[in-house]
Amino acid sequence: MYRYDEFDHRFVRERVGQFRDQVERRLGGELSEAEFKPLRLMNGVYLQLHAYMLRVAIPYGTLSSAQMRRLAEIADTYDKGYAHFTTRQNVQYNWPKLKDMPDLLDDLADVEMHAIQTSGNCIRNVTTDQWAGVAADEVADPRPVCELLRQWSSLHPEFSFLPRKFKIAVTGAPRDRAAVAVHDIGLRMHVNADGARGWEVLAGGGQGRTPMIAITVREFLPEAELLGYLEAVMRVYNLHGRRDNKYKARIKILVHELGADAFRAQVEAEYAKLGSPTVDVEQRELERISAYFAPPVYDELDETCVPFELAKNENREFAWWVKSNVSAHKVSGYAIVNISLKPTGGIPGDATSQQMFVVADLAEQYSHAEIRVTHRQNLVLPDVRLSDLYTLWIELNSAELATANVGLIGDIVACPGLDYCALATARSIPIAQDVSERFEDLKRQHDIGSLTINISGCINACGHHHVGHIGILGLDKKGEEFYQITLGGSSDENASIGTILGPGFAGDQVADAIETIVETYLGLRADDEPFIETYRRVGAKPFKEALYETA
Amino acid sequence: MSGKILTANRVNDGDVVFFTSDHQWSLRISDALFAEDEAVLELLEDQLRLAETGTEVTDAYVFDAEKFDGVLRPRHIRERIRTLGPTVRADLGKQSNGTGGAFSAVS
Ligand code: SF4
Repeated sequence: MYRYDEFDHRFVRERVGQFRDQVERRLGGELSEAEFKPLRLMNGVYLQLHAYMLRVAIPYGTLSSAQMRRLAEIADTYDKGYAHFTTRQNVQYNWPKLKDMPDLLDDLADVEMHAIQTSGNCIRNVTTDQWAGVAADEVADPRPVCELLRQWSSLHPEFSFLPRKFKIAVTGAPRDRAAVAVHDIGLRMHVNADGARGWEVLAGGGQGRTPMIAITVREFLPEAELLGYLEAVMRVYNLHGRRDNKYKARIKILVHELGADAFRAQVEAEYAKLGSPTVDVEQRELERISAYFAPPVYDELDETCVPFELAKNENREFAWWVKSNVSAHKVSGYAIVNISLKPTGGIPGDATSQQMFVVADLAEQYSHAEIRVTHRQNLVLPDVRLSDLYTLWIELNSAELATANVGLIGDIVACPGLDYCALATARSIPIAQDVSERFEDLKRQHDIGSLTINISGCINACGHHHVGHIGILGLDKKGEEFYQITLGGSSDENASIGTILGPGFAGDQVADAIETIVETYLGLRADDEPFIETYRRVGAKPFKEALYETA
Repeated sequence: MSGKILTANRVNDGDVVFFTSDHQWSLRISDALFAEDEAVLELLEDQLRLAETGTEVTDAYVFDAEKFDGVLRPRHIRERIRTLGPTVRADLGKQSNGTGGAFSAVS
């Protein structure tokens, strides 16, 4: 895992020190809220519906056991015994007091964590594949590049005053688990015919009120030219991005208004001017960083593990869990374990401090003391021996962390919505709870198969509803919550934005509507065809008819 | 009866507070000064401006409320949730420590 160098340490400690001083001056009345607000936001402190909220960055979604333990301690010391894992691989505390914030941030800094770049018009925490470095289908571990981008963006003065916030996602695998096509910039690693590695550079994707799929700016960019090329993209954006209107300031609007070809031409022209000056430095820096991401020492194991196979045969629940929650590892004899933070009727992404301690311990025992956080609000133990899976499952089960629903209909993504969020127009969590209870039966979930439901509590789309196979958006109609349903969204390598089906539903009708959609799909699917493929084959019409026939 | 209430968050801990008739900030909506006429509303608006420059509270604003059988409650679900706590965690927020209100967020 990446270790801070001297410079990072000093930078983070200094920032905490400055913020301590600023908080004192705010509490003592020397700073007004108008003066203080930008300062607190720079340090990840928001004011939400009930209290302050602190958003902590988890760079490229990777945590050590020690860091997870510290996050749990913070939940106990400064908050109410739980934390919320978000759709941007961050973690949020919902109740910290402003007066405690500097101590809290110091505690985070002890384990090399901070809340910088989780807010404001800067390049935000870079996100990536939660299986980075271990996925069986991976071309290369994307995390060294994420770290390179973090360093490049955190210190680049030009990038702290962008027209709007800026989000970058990176995948090193052909199966896109990082939703790169709905980010301001998305990067996909490819190998060309000569066996050389390069980046497909995408730009102009995004969600929010104007959802868009990114365009490919460059099909194949030699690996070490990345920063120079991104610099060119940022220059075009900084030069032409609209600062006059908050809703038009994202790069997606610029790409859309200029058109894909003109945008590409501008970036290439800008890049030609720069003359790829950084390549050598970049190559060296990337090598330096990559050393920190060197894979752990794996045991030499057989591809199959007999006791594991036996356990699967003997225990149906374990077999289900393996089917949905365990994924292929690149090293033989190992597996990736996905921990669902979506128990039936639970709050998506919430974990108690107790559960966080358990995960930290289990990671230490079974997974090289490493944990990942996914943008679908789940956790991952990346390096588990097949022979340990059964014992691990038992232990996860006793901490209520073994729900066998990852990637299934119960694995619902939901933003905090009106239960916590000051910007919300409706609640999201109770809708997730209703739907998950409706589909409580695991056998039914496994029968339905791969299906994502994403719920946002307002048009800002933190719950990624546009790219859920089924998307739910909570709105306010004359003081009443109501919910719009979209179908056909997807954030993988064939990304698409969902289409609105028709008039919205009251909160207590949503679970029925979802059930109607699912039953319609089951009636239409051919063999094992997943939901999204059936939808793409038949279109929205049969679903509309089924939903609105009585209306 | 409908009227207005002035609310804010306390600076040092972020807690939701309401402006009271004795010109304090209280954690309980039941203590709130309920503005049913222009004169009181003007007073709330003056206090809102004062609050903005002060150090005790932040993000002050006025919301619509109503009074039934002597119980004050916000008209909109957003403010009701803010006054009570998350609807999905009865163990958190004002509803959990007796500073909430004698009403439900959703009905
Ligand atoms: S989508 Fe809206 S309601 Fe949900 S967390 Fe984002 S801003 Fe809040």
